[in-house]
Amino acid sequence: MKKKSLVSITDFSKNDYLKILDIALEFEKNPEPTLLKNNVIATLFFEPSTRTRLSFESAITRMGGRYIGFSDTKTTSIAKGESFKDTIRTISNYCDMIVMRHPLDGSARYASEVALVPVINAGDGTNQHPTQTLLDLYSIKKTQNTLDNLTVFMVGDLKYGRTVHSLLMALSEFNTNFYFISPEELKMPQEYKLHLDNRGLQYKEQTDLSEDLEKADIIYMTRVQQERFTDPMEYEKTKNAYVLRNHMLTNSKPNLRILHPLPRVNEISTDVDENPKAYYFTQALNGVYIRQAIISLILGYK
Amino acid sequence: MKEKKKLQVSAIENGTVIDHIPARNLFNVISILGLDKIKNQITFGTNLESRRLGHKAIIKIADTFFADSDINKIALVAPDAKLNIIKNYSVAEKKMVSLPDEIKGIVKCMNPQCITNHESITTRFTVISKTDVKLKCHYCEKITDQQHFDII
Repeated sequence: MKKKSLVSITDFSKNDYLKILDIALEFEKNPEPTLLKNNVIATLFFEPSTRTRLSFESAITRMGGRYIGFSDTKTTSIAKGESFKDTIRTISNYCDMIVMRHPLDGSARYASEVALVPVINAGDGTNQHPTQTLLDLYSIKKTQNTLDNLTVFMVGDLKYGRTVHSLLMALSEFNTNFYFISPEELKMPQEYKLHLDNRGLQYKEQTDLSEDLEKADIIYMTRVQQERFTDPMEYEKTKNAYVLRNHMLTNSKPNLRILHPLPRVNEISTDVDENPKAYYFTQALNGVYIRQAIISLILGYK
Repeated sequence: MKEKKKLQVSAIENGTVIDHIPARNLFNVISILGLDKIKNQITFGTNLESRRLGHKAIIKIADTFFADSDINKIALVAPDAKLNIIKNYSVAEKKMVSLPDEIKGIVKCMNPQCITNHESITTRFTVISKTDVKLKCHYCEKITDQQHFDII
């Protein structure tokens, strides 16, 4: 993985995922506060992000590295009309690695082709956000002690949600049994179901969240956004149908854990927060360890 | 029938004949092969009757021969095109076009949010289906299908 960019979750193999998870666990036990003492990493956020940016910057700082960058393009040469290519090529002279988020799909792949240093994609439009997927895998492995043969419920916006698409691709390496719970308008796209068919994996699509919930090892909740609906009436009708409430978890498995990429709006009722099966805040902490692992591997320290 | 075809577009002594082009895509073929920029004699006919295509077009280019890698690019818009290599008024070789596994340039990515539609970048696609042609963008990873081809 040394010197390799991480743009798409499919850039890395199943063995790579497992190696990253092992190293993340090492960082959780032993933070290695001077590992990056000679490194400068650029964090380029062409669109606002709070948790992803802070999580990366926290990961870099905890390893003793320094970061340069911006979280708003208004104060950069882009505002003067500089091309994306020139911005990336120039900044890549100043650092050992680029972490970037950009509103356009495919921007990270392009950056990895013009930069002189490896690029980590922290989200390119609606396309990919691979470090989120790896932290999801880490959270699943930590809570279930395995990634193999689990029953995973994906709930909410399955049509546009890039986190569920990438997670599906990654989990499809581990014989997962999927349940897709979404309103009719936001069903899992055909291409992902085809991918599962080709791999001989089981999945079930349903519109009712409470159905079969007692079978779940993982419930992965996502936000149903109003702007995804063509018909506002349809949104009003469905918005409360995909809310997870504490009483729904009464018969759930003891090992069940609830994940959410955050930010949450109302799709997980706050009465779930105190349930020991709620894992979404710890999941966010895992993001720091996983990013430490990815950065240190790509820089060649692991 | 064969005699009649020869009358519709006059014969060439040496060169390439591209037949069975869907009539609506003639100008795309011209643009993909850059025929508007070459100096050789070119004759073409369009809206000719074809049993298979309804209306077809044919192009005859004198003293010009194409590399397979170039000519295969037209498979995007003329998947059934047939090539006759003409030497001394007779057919020296016949070829079919076949779609390559990767396409560079030629087609725009249909995703308006793709970086290739905002910066000057040569588009690049993996051909994921050759019958009902589907191209997967190397950058944004979205699919452009043949109903949405916009030739650059």
